Amino acid sequence: MIGVVDYGAGNLRSLENALAAVGLPSRRVSRPGVLSRCSRLVLPGVGHFGAAAAALQSSGMAAALQTWVRSNRPFLGICLGLQLLFEASDEAPGASGLGVWPGRCRPFDADCLKVPHMGWRTVHMSTGPEIPAAYFVHSYYVPIDAGPRQWDWRGTARYGVEFLAAGRSGALTGCQFHPEKSGPRGLDFLKEVLSC
Amino acid sequence: MLMKRIIPCLDVKDGRVVKGVRFQGLRDGGDPVELARRYYADGADELVFLDITAGLEGRRTVGELVAKTARTVFVPLTVGGGICSVADARRLLRSGCDKVAVNTAAVRRPELLSELADGFGRQCVVLAVDALRTETGYRVVVDAGRTVTELELTDWLRRGQALGVGEILLTVINADGRQEGYDLAGLRQAGAVCRVPVIASGGMGTAAHMVDAVAAGADALLAASVFHYGRYTVRSLKAELSRRGVEVRPC
Repeated sequence: MIGVVDYGAGNLRSLENALAAVGLPSRRVSRPGVLSRCSRLVLPGVGHFGAAAAALQSSGMAAALQTWVRSNRPFLGICLGLQLLFEASDEAPGASGLGVWPGRCRPFDADCLKVPHMGWRTVHMSTGPEIPAAYFVHSYYVPIDAGPRQWDWRGTARYGVEFLAAGRSGALTGCQFHPEKSGPRGLDFLKEVLSC
Repeated sequence: MLMKRIIPCLDVKDGRVVKGVRFQGLRDGGDPVELARRYYADGADELVFLDITAGLEGRRTVGELVAKTARTVFVPLTVGGGICSVADARRLLRSGCDKVAVNTAAVRRPELLSELADGFGRQCVVLAVDALRTETGYRVVVDAGRTVTELELTDWLRRGQALGVGEILLTVINADGRQEGYDLAGLRQAGAVCRVPVIASGGMGTAAHMVDAVAAGADALLAASVFHYGRYTVRSLKAELSRRGVEVRPC
């Protein structure tokens, strides 16, 4: 059973629909006590880094997720869920992310670029074929010098700057794009990441 | 390059897809869920549902259509029409759409835009603007094309962005439904003041019209009739755009 972490933000329905479409049953989890019923976790996310970090802290989920990840159990962070794996974000300077990967999220330069970065873009993979088009919608990004010392694989994309589009290290995977909104290729990605 | 998004629009009235010519003379174009699935399978990058039903009962129908569509369609879904409050938006977002488009209600009460942006994030909030080209410039029109306001287009676009919208959906009424091309001057004016993506809407008849709109600054291209009545499939349109040098998502 896949646990979809519900911290009161965003639209979980799309992700649940996508998981169902690739034959992966899921349930929502909002308290640490129910994590033991899950074999893998997805931390979705649309919204504000500070609000999400605060919600995860107050429900006790932040500590539970850190324990989960440190025990190398399968975990996927999507969009804000990827950013929350890092230590901090310029979006909410005082707030702490889960800090399982080192680094800080930065804003796109709104003086030169249309922000949010919204639309379809190619993801270039460190190993294997590129993802020809994935759907992004975000105003902050993870710089490519952030993250674990060793990636199993990593995908990058460019919008003014090169940024982290996806990456995997051990059982931990994150993607900045929305696989649940990236058409058939996005569903394949979800299946690849969550079935293994 | 960010790929130019191709967005079929489904105008829904009483649970059926219709498309007006200059907002009048509606024709029946089919079952919305079935059409949405077809456009998705064909390579649509996003879908927009515009609910043109009057009254609360019909709006509930659109929520159900969206919920049904979202089960099998995995690209962003936007819903517009009759959204007047954070509660209206929340109901639709819960049913499975990703963005809400607001038009008349935002003109009447601009704070709605900041309430929506605060509640759901600006990436969820699309400001739909209907504009009328007049001798003295572009005026914002509300009430589904019936009421011309004193608001000047670029003033309203600046204000909307300041209030936190994440995207603009611009329809120039003079061009809408005529299939003679988007209103390029309106698009250029919008592009000059917009720091968020602009979706061109109203007037698409051929792929060349989309090429022109991209040159005028559009980030995404919305069309309805050409798809509903089969002049193009999304796939054939993208193939032609690609040949003409517009980068689109391969399908």
